[in-house]
Amino acid sequence: MKLLTLNFLTCAIKTCKTSPASFPLHPRDAELEIIESEINLPFLRNILPRLMWEEIRVIASELGLPSLPTTPPTREDLVEGASQAQATEQAEGEAVAEVEEVPSQTAKDLHRILLETGIKEGKLVCGNCAHEYKVMEGVANFLLPGHLV
Amino acid sequence: MSRPEDILPPDLFYNDLESRKYTTSSRIQKIQSSMTHRALSLLSLTSPSLILDIGCGSGLSGEILSQTPDQGTPGGPHIWMGFDISSSMLGVALEKEVEGDLFLADAGQGVPFRAGTFDAAISISAIQWLCNAETSEESPVGRLSRFFGGLYASLRRGGRAVCQFYPKNDEQKKMVSQAAVKAGFGAGLLEDDPGTKNAKTYLVLTVGGGEVDGDITGVVRGMDGVDVMDGRRKGQQRKRGEEVKGSRGWILKKKEQMEKKGRVVKATSKYTGRKRRIQF
Repeated sequence: MKLLTLNFLTCAIKTCKTSPASFPLHPRDAELEIIESEINLPFLRNILPRLMWEEIRVIASELGLPSLPTTPPTREDLVEGASQAQATEQAEGEAVAEVEEVPSQTAKDLHRILLETGIKEGKLVCGNCAHEYKVMEGVANFLLPGHLV
Repeated sequence: MSRPEDILPPDLFYNDLESRKYTTSSRIQKIQSSMTHRALSLLSLTSPSLILDIGCGSGLSGEILSQTPDQGTPGGPHIWMGFDISSSMLGVALEKEVEGDLFLADAGQGVPFRAGTFDAAISISAIQWLCNAETSEESPVGRLSRFFGGLYASLRRGGRAVCQFYPKNDEQKKMVSQAAVKAGFGAGLLEDDPGTKNAKTYLVLTVGGGEVDGDITGVVRGMDGVDVMDGRRKGQQRKRGEEVKGSRGWILKKKEQMEKKGRVVKATSKYTGRKRRIQF
């Protein structure tokens, strides 16, 4: 399960809906995996305002990943400056008519942590009710027994 | 044709054998893919978005969402998350190594995502399963309302959802769309090939605000071969047979009622229900 997903998941139990502690779910005994994928710059740009940056940092530190900057990146940070892009093109001597957007290091890092890093095995624990959701082979089990619905 | 909903609950019906049959059948693959493309055209996404797939099963529809525009997915490749109640179906999806994130969850228990998560939601042949309750603790109406309530909250303002489903009868159609309206959606049903055996029903849901063009009538504007039948009540329309209080018709009705009860009622004349002149 991608870390991007973890930034949107909340506890499924009805009584937790009103509590702010039900988000984010905290990973426990997590086994991480990396699945390489192609960087999708328009998607990153689309999703950026919806991310809860503080929670990403909390989860990254809980998983023992390298710490992230305190301020969330902006949309402008995702692409290399236009002048730089042109400069590299000229340096390479390519006659490209339209300026391709080059993802910056920030975008690459963001892609790495959100879309390539995932939890393979482990548990997700709600901060409010301490309900544990098992994750097996990257699939989280959100089925609830009838009395908790 | 028999309906699988009437045989067993979804988590038991789609066991390992049935999931494999479902996923490898080229006929089902073809139908699912054409319905997914139809749903995508109704969503009219223009850029890569975050999509929720409800009842994703083995990822037949999800595979299409991850395709690029060249392969026929407008605005792709989208990033999607999907949930399904059948673990066997998810097992097949894992074997196929689909790109989206999968969950084992029951749509009738709600949608466990924070508010404003998704740009759009899609559901292919799934929500008819919500019309069945397996235990006495739950009811179809309760399951539908939890599902649509959760879905409404998890979509961003201006988001859209398209749910293709197989309603058993007109009653079920009504129950599903009313549950969606109650949750706050602008809801409408689009039917392809109505009246034939191949009829496909799409529930088109819109969340207000943002850039969407109203409800389903805005979604289908400009599409070829779509007849709009608006069943909504207009604001000022009165029910048939209802009179304005104080009018002559209303007075006559009341007099008749009283007469039937055996009360003494003054005879009706041409002056009944008229206003008195000022000089009186």
